[in-house]
Amino acid sequence: MNFPIAYFTFFGQKFLLYIVEAGRILPPSASATNVDKLFFFILAITGFFFFLIVGLMLIFLILYRHRLGVEAKEAPKHNLPLELTWTVIPLVLVFVIFLAGFKGYMDMAIAPLETYEINVTGQRWNWLFTYPNGYIDKELHVPTNQAVTLVITSEDVIHSLFIPALRLKRDAVPGRYSKLWFKVTVPGEYPIYCAEYCGTGHSTMLTKMVVHEAGEYEKWLEKSSSYILTLSPVEAGKKLFETRGCMQCHSVDGSRKIGPTFKDFFGESVTLRDGKKVIAEENYVRESITEPLAKVVGGFDPVMPTYKGRLKDAEISAIIAYLKSLSKKGRANLELEKAREKEEETKGDSSQTSQEGNATQEKKI
Amino acid sequence: MKGAENVHGGHGQHAHLAHHFTSLKQQYESTKLGMWLFLITEVLLFGGLFVAYSVYRANHPEIFIYGHKYLDTRLGAINTVILICSSLTIALGVRCAQLGQRGLLILFLALTILGGLGFLGIKYVEYEQKWKHGLLWGKLYKPQAHSEREMNSVESIENPENRDTATTNSIPLGNAQTASEANNGADTSLEQTQSTGIIVEATSRTNLNQAETQGHSPESATIEDKPKNVQLFFAVYFAMTGLHGLHVLIGIIAISVILVMAVKGKFSPMNFTAVDLTGLYWHLVDLIWIYLFPLFYLIH
Amino acid sequence: MEELGLTKPKGLKAEKKGAQENYLNSRTGFLSWIVTLDHKRIGILYLVSILTSFFLGGMFALMVRTELIASGKTIMDAETYNKAFTLHGAIMIFLVIIPSIPAALGNFVLPMMLGAKDVAFPKLNLLSYYFWVGGAIFALVSLVTGGLDTGWTFYTPYSTITTTSVSAVLFGAFLLGFSSIFTGLNFIVTIHFLRTDGLTWFKLPLLVWALYATAIIQVLATPVLGITLLLLIAERLLGIGIFNPALGGDPVLFQHFFWFYSHPAVYIMILPAMGIISELIPIHSRKHIFGYKFIAFSSLAIAIISFLVWGHHMFVSGQSNLANMIFSGLTFAVAIPSAIKVFNWLATMYKGSIRLNTPMLYALSFIFLFLVGGLTGLFLGALATDVHLHDTYFVVAHFHYTMMGGALMAFIGGIHHWWPKMFGRMYSERFGKIAFWLVFIGFNITFIPQFLLGIQGMPRRYADYPQEFTTLHQVSSIGSYIMAVGFFLTAIYLVHSLFRGKPAPANPWGGASLEWHTASPPIKENFLSPPQAYDPYDFTRLVYQPDREEYILREEINPSLA
Repeated sequence: MNFPIAYFTFFGQKFLLYIVEAGRILPPSASATNVDKLFFFILAITGFFFFLIVGLMLIFLILYRHRLGVEAKEAPKHNLPLELTWTVIPLVLVFVIFLAGFKGYMDMAIAPLETYEINVTGQRWNWLFTYPNGYIDKELHVPTNQAVTLVITSEDVIHSLFIPALRLKRDAVPGRYSKLWFKVTVPGEYPIYCAEYCGTGHSTMLTKMVVHEAGEYEKWLEKSSSYILTLSPVEAGKKLFETRGCMQCHSVDGSRKIGPTFKDFFGESVTLRDGKKVIAEENYVRESITEPLAKVVGGFDPVMPTYKGRLKDAEISAIIAYLKSLSKKGRANLELEKAREKEEETKGDSSQTSQEGNATQEKKI
Repeated sequence: MKGAENVHGGHGQHAHLAHHFTSLKQQYESTKLGMWLFLITEVLLFGGLFVAYSVYRANHPEIFIYGHKYLDTRLGAINTVILICSSLTIALGVRCAQLGQRGLLILFLALTILGGLGFLGIKYVEYEQKWKHGLLWGKLYKPQAHSEREMNSVESIENPENRDTATTNSIPLGNAQTASEANNGADTSLEQTQSTGIIVEATSRTNLNQAETQGHSPESATIEDKPKNVQLFFAVYFAMTGLHGLHVLIGIIAISVILVMAVKGKFSPMNFTAVDLTGLYWHLVDLIWIYLFPLFYLIH
Repeated sequence: MEELGLTKPKGLKAEKKGAQENYLNSRTGFLSWIVTLDHKRIGILYLVSILTSFFLGGMFALMVRTELIASGKTIMDAETYNKAFTLHGAIMIFLVIIPSIPAALGNFVLPMMLGAKDVAFPKLNLLSYYFWVGGAIFALVSLVTGGLDTGWTFYTPYSTITTTSVSAVLFGAFLLGFSSIFTGLNFIVTIHFLRTDGLTWFKLPLLVWALYATAIIQVLATPVLGITLLLLIAERLLGIGIFNPALGGDPVLFQHFFWFYSHPAVYIMILPAMGIISELIPIHSRKHIFGYKFIAFSSLAIAIISFLVWGHHMFVSGQSNLANMIFSGLTFAVAIPSAIKVFNWLATMYKGSIRLNTPMLYALSFIFLFLVGGLTGLFLGALATDVHLHDTYFVVAHFHYTMMGGALMAFIGGIHHWWPKMFGRMYSERFGKIAFWLVFIGFNITFIPQFLLGIQGMPRRYADYPQEFTTLHQVSSIGSYIMAVGFFLTAIYLVHSLFRGKPAPANPWGGASLEWHTASPPIKENFLSPPQAYDPYDFTRLVYQPDREEYILREEINPSLA
């Protein structure tokens, strides 16, 4: 900030401690600190005019209060120099504010050349962060002192990614990519909100930004990316279910969405669109993930896209395990099959891959 | 319209002067200004659509270049001539009202109505063709490759020399490009399936992202003949011509009311404001079409 | 001297009911009201309807504030909350504030200020009222058929996929838009051609200038809203796809269209309010307005610049940096004419004889609250700070200070100011002042915490919030209850005055504009003969008559002065 506002800034910081973060933290990035400086610069100007005008108003109210029988005094009806004064001074001041605001904005808008890119997808009602290695998480994790660019889009309606601590916000618009960059200097956890109204769960579309100490970030990413090995199949399945778009159309609490609910789904008999009945067991679920339009449940439209090639076999198995955990019969099976499942999985893996290969070849022809 | 204000009687002043006006001149000026303001709101109503048109044409010129080939320039041109003529007849009608020539006024009003009806008739023919071939907006855009090919080949066999004549018969299809598409039918049908495939996909919310990436990435230009999102052209086309058609309809009704009043002899050189205002409205409706015609039919 | 309102009406004397014919009693019966072409009666119809809607919108506001009194579910679930805040916004904006001053007060006083018998197109005026009623009915229909949960801004694609009854409200808003256009069109023509002899443009009361500037915006901006709403209806009913990204459309285009209307619309709300303040301050300060031409032309300047700033609602929507810069710059430009007005009002009070009665209290509170609203607008106009504050409670507090603290306070002040003229009765000054302080204090308690919430990053339209925001939300909710008590008190003493109020004299405040030169309430045709035009802010020609508690023209006492 190039303006002589040291005093106000000082005043600002103290004031900031009190109101902005309730005494907890200073903004953890340089650009956020600049935003705060500008904020208190404007606050100083507006505060001055507020007290000037309200003060004059009160003084006039006392000096010129109505007294019975006393008429208003003679006073000029207009005064051009005076009018011009209070036109030009505010004009100059708002121009200064405009320039300061614009400069601060451009600092926030123009990213350095080398940045670490993370893709962000807003969907009702959570945020998904896709890291460069393809790993998807519901929280934003970034390293300290590293310029990070978020490439933001939306799956459904407009959302807005809002990180109050960084004084940053950007709309997630379906069909568009918008970018946001920052460099955080202070490790810690900071809340993330959705700031554009998006429906029932708007106020629950919260997550957090975790800023890791130097060197810790890479460890976190490596550990998290291998969750399929580290987590139990049910937990891994739940994570996949939430991050790969399943939960957009399938509920787990029995409510009806675009696709059937998975509460008490696994192991039960299902009536298909053509009237046939199948048991929703492992093979059916697997087929429905890779060939979704083959056996569509009655009462639902055949709109599910294929996940063939988008989910690995281990991942499909994890999802199956998760579906089991959602139904009575499934839970019973889960206990019994725990041991056997691992073997089947390795077997199914190889055969499935070759089948897939054939199918893609056929399509190409 | 607002001309009807002059019906309720005054204080034994002039019969056509409303009580709150002091002179006929004041009343005439007021109604005239009121009508001009109303026309401004109409222009701005269409203005929104013109902006939408400009934005989409600037962002996706290929959609408009492709889409306009389905419109029949000849029918559009005929409609333009009809509307220009009807503007002339209503202007003559206003002149006759000013001069108190009741017979001629009735004749010109009737001719104007006829012109308006003719315009709507031709518009109906155009719309029906689009409907038949699934050339509609949004999700209803399902171009029927099959019927396209059939009709085209029949036309090109029967009239190999005179393609222009064929154009009038098979309205949205008779142009060189679609015909050539028709000749290598396999390609066309493949293309069509692809495009409908995309639409179906796009309806599924989960696949939205994918469809959009295609729509926005430069690779989408690889399909030269048929750009993505042609339905957008028809959405804008139907929105603009539909709203305009509605205005033509309202104009016809207004002129019909004036015609009935003229037959009853309600107008005189002292009192022709209603005719004048209706004329202004009709000119505006024509003017909007004069912009619509090149914007949709004459894209190059 | 002013605290006589609720005591027994001493001054009834000669003015028995029906003794004098006026617009209220010249014809009676339900039918005579619903088909009336009298601008004053249409104004009253609007007033009653708007205040009823205000009650409804206020109830939704209280629901919202009550839900937010604690984090977690308090009285309703998120879906109901979303409908409550949407309907609060939609009702307050479309049914209350936009028509409030022009259609209710403007309709009543504008022709009288011009010395005219009526507006230029009385039938169009009535039609405008029925368009309003139609719009209100559609809004009510949606209430019954599943509500509306899009927010009053109807952002696509949310508004195209939600299952609530959006189309009904959209059509209602479309009708309300045309109601507004008709009022504006009527006013422009009336101001141009129906001024009485000798009433030149610079002898017009400043409220007329403000209404003229407003009417320009109404006529030029509202049609764009109309077509936008039609396209959205087409989107929902026919799937036209213009705003649907899945079909190649652009959802952000909707925002451009919407704000192209809705930003000028905030000036449709605030300009007439400024006009009212420009009347109230000089009359109750007994002093000529300072800088007439600056105030008049600043209204027009605001009207023009207001069309060029819509993009400041979209600084974080992915708009280009260049567009952001231009819109930010123009936004600051629009602050200047407002600042000019505030300074001129202050200068008007200088050396005046300031009467602190209820209308003046509302006028002064307007300056205070609008000042806060305007100054906090600078934080939102500056790009860098807006990114943080956008879509937070800071914005909510900012626009409540301008829309409610500004437009609505001026509306209520105006109601008090012209109440004697409208109904021929004086209300209780004592209760008027009590209610004012309740509203004013309650208002600030409600919205100051919201500025702080916004600065801390509390996003708007949240049915629930993290624990740390609880205290400020609770303070805010308590403020809203205080405000509600104030408004109920206002309703009670105003209604009471209709039956028990002291009969009002023709000119209780000493107004110099023409509406004060006819009886209270006015006769059906406003004036017995076309009135003489003169400076509407020259109060030296009026003398107070303590025995009659009214002002009369000097020449009436001493004809030789004339």
